[in-house]
Amino acid sequence: MSRSSAEVRPSVQARSSKGTMSKIAKVNLRNGLLFVSPWLAGFAAFSLLPFLLSLYYSFTTYDVVSSPVWVGLDNFVQLFKDPLFWKSITNTMYYTLFSVPLGIVFGVALALLLNMKVKGMALYRTIFYLPSIVPVVASSVLWLWLFDPQFGLINGLLDTIGIAGPGWLVDPAWSKPALIVMGLWGVGGAMIIYLAGLQDIPQEMYESAQIDGAVWWQKIVYITLPMLSPVIFFNLIMGLIGSFQYFTQAYIITSGGPNDSTLFYSLYLYKNAFSYFHMGYASAMAWILFLLIMAVTLLVFKSSARWVFYGGER
Amino acid sequence: MLEINAQQTTNLSRTKKGVFKQLIAHVCLILLGITFLFPFVWMLSTALKPEAQIFKWPPEWIPDQFLWSNFPEALTFVPFGTYVLNTLTICIWAMVGTCVSSALVAYGFAKIQWPGRNVLFMIMLSTMMLPSQVTMIPIFVIFKKIGWVGSYKPLIIPAFLGGAFFIFLLRQFFLTIPQELSEAAKIDGCSEFRTFWQIILPLARPAFATVALFTFMNNWNDFMGPLIYLSDEKMYTVSLGLQQFIGQYGTRWGMLMAASTVATLPIIILFFFAQKTFIQGISTTGIKG
Repeated sequence: MSRSSAEVRPSVQARSSKGTMSKIAKVNLRNGLLFVSPWLAGFAAFSLLPFLLSLYYSFTTYDVVSSPVWVGLDNFVQLFKDPLFWKSITNTMYYTLFSVPLGIVFGVALALLLNMKVKGMALYRTIFYLPSIVPVVASSVLWLWLFDPQFGLINGLLDTIGIAGPGWLVDPAWSKPALIVMGLWGVGGAMIIYLAGLQDIPQEMYESAQIDGAVWWQKIVYITLPMLSPVIFFNLIMGLIGSFQYFTQAYIITSGGPNDSTLFYSLYLYKNAFSYFHMGYASAMAWILFLLIMAVTLLVFKSSARWVFYGGER
Repeated sequence: MLEINAQQTTNLSRTKKGVFKQLIAHVCLILLGITFLFPFVWMLSTALKPEAQIFKWPPEWIPDQFLWSNFPEALTFVPFGTYVLNTLTICIWAMVGTCVSSALVAYGFAKIQWPGRNVLFMIMLSTMMLPSQVTMIPIFVIFKKIGWVGSYKPLIIPAFLGGAFFIFLLRQFFLTIPQELSEAAKIDGCSEFRTFWQIILPLARPAFATVALFTFMNNWNDFMGPLIYLSDEKMYTVSLGLQQFIGQYGTRWGMLMAASTVATLPIIILFFFAQKTFIQGISTTGIKG
């Protein structure tokens, strides 16, 4: 968040006259609150209250129809004994460990290719970007068909080069890789962000590296990647949060199967809440998810001092 | 003289190298581009084939005869037209709500100085980090208690209370509008609201285009919201309707692909009309977030 000095100054003035608030300051306070009041109401109703309620529910059994019954830490104890809970965590870890790094590598690589000032850049950009805006349900149906073990395009193509393709979405060992491949098809959204980041790198840096005799990979390692690291950092955080919440594709395509191999955390949470109406149990899961996301985000933030380079800002 | 010569030769070798590099880049991009396009082509190709041809290998990429009947068949088997109208209703209301409320709030955060403003702004930013799974259950319970479940209200009304992401986006844009403009308006006797309405809003059109576009997209593509709140089949959205298809049609891929094409088409058309807004929106919000 860049805050210009011009913006900070008046708020300091307002604070200094806080004791005896001038008429203008009072009017400003009233107007300010009035303007942000829609958000204040929304915050109270859809963030703060649900946040607190969710914490409360996590210590109760609750099926929406009857009122919640306090059970203390019971939900959490049950969760830690629940094999499906652990299964959903392992599945989510598996997905995250592959899809996030692969997404970064592919996204950056595509952006680097597009940034080479090739002709027809706009066309390529469109081609790579389009899959990321296709409605999730539509792309899910499409990939269900592509991955069809018998008649799907992918196994057909594998067959022509002499490989007997796996069962993909119906094979517990291949269902997650299939979803990861499908996720990579939508890498274009991140690619656009990397591309914008690449275009912000001052050209002079490459020119002076050129004069010093740097070859292409040295430019990438010593200029491009450090300069791009804040963007990579941003996408890493968003990618982690997104994959922890991975839901829709798994719900539509496999709804957890086969053999619970695609029962991801958020899917299991959803099933507990809206299929079995175990709202308390699901709320406990939501809070564990929240704490996990916070912890991982914090770790990445902590690590960022070592590898994220803010040119000139620090 | 010598120096110039040296420079010329390096320039020459650089352009040669440049051509070579461009060639490699093009080859990579074309191969990758084809890979990325394949699923789309396959979708359309399947949608235009009769059942017997769909399972033929090697496949015919372009069917020798286009079979259009998958489209009307898929679109009439379930009331797809109704689904489109339903989705449009939600999208348009959400767009209106988000634009109006987010603009007001963003103005309050960007253009008025008041104590507590920065604290509230930070709180707003931090709500973006809150996973929806945490709030989803209590919000459902609240809507259930006030009898809104089964209606479009849970999908529309929250939009009128501002979305943190869009408020942030608009606030960043408002900050780029010189403070002198609104100050001058106020000296001329404009009220705060009139300054907002007549000075700032007209200047923020490009930012609104981004907000409107993204709200539309999000709502058109939304699956979980309708899944949780809608139960009457007549009220389904396109996404929810399409998901029902899978269960009903099993492996009638021709019809499924036809329906998917119809669900995707509006987004692709929108993209081609508003390409610049898309790319700008993504890159600015991505980077400056």
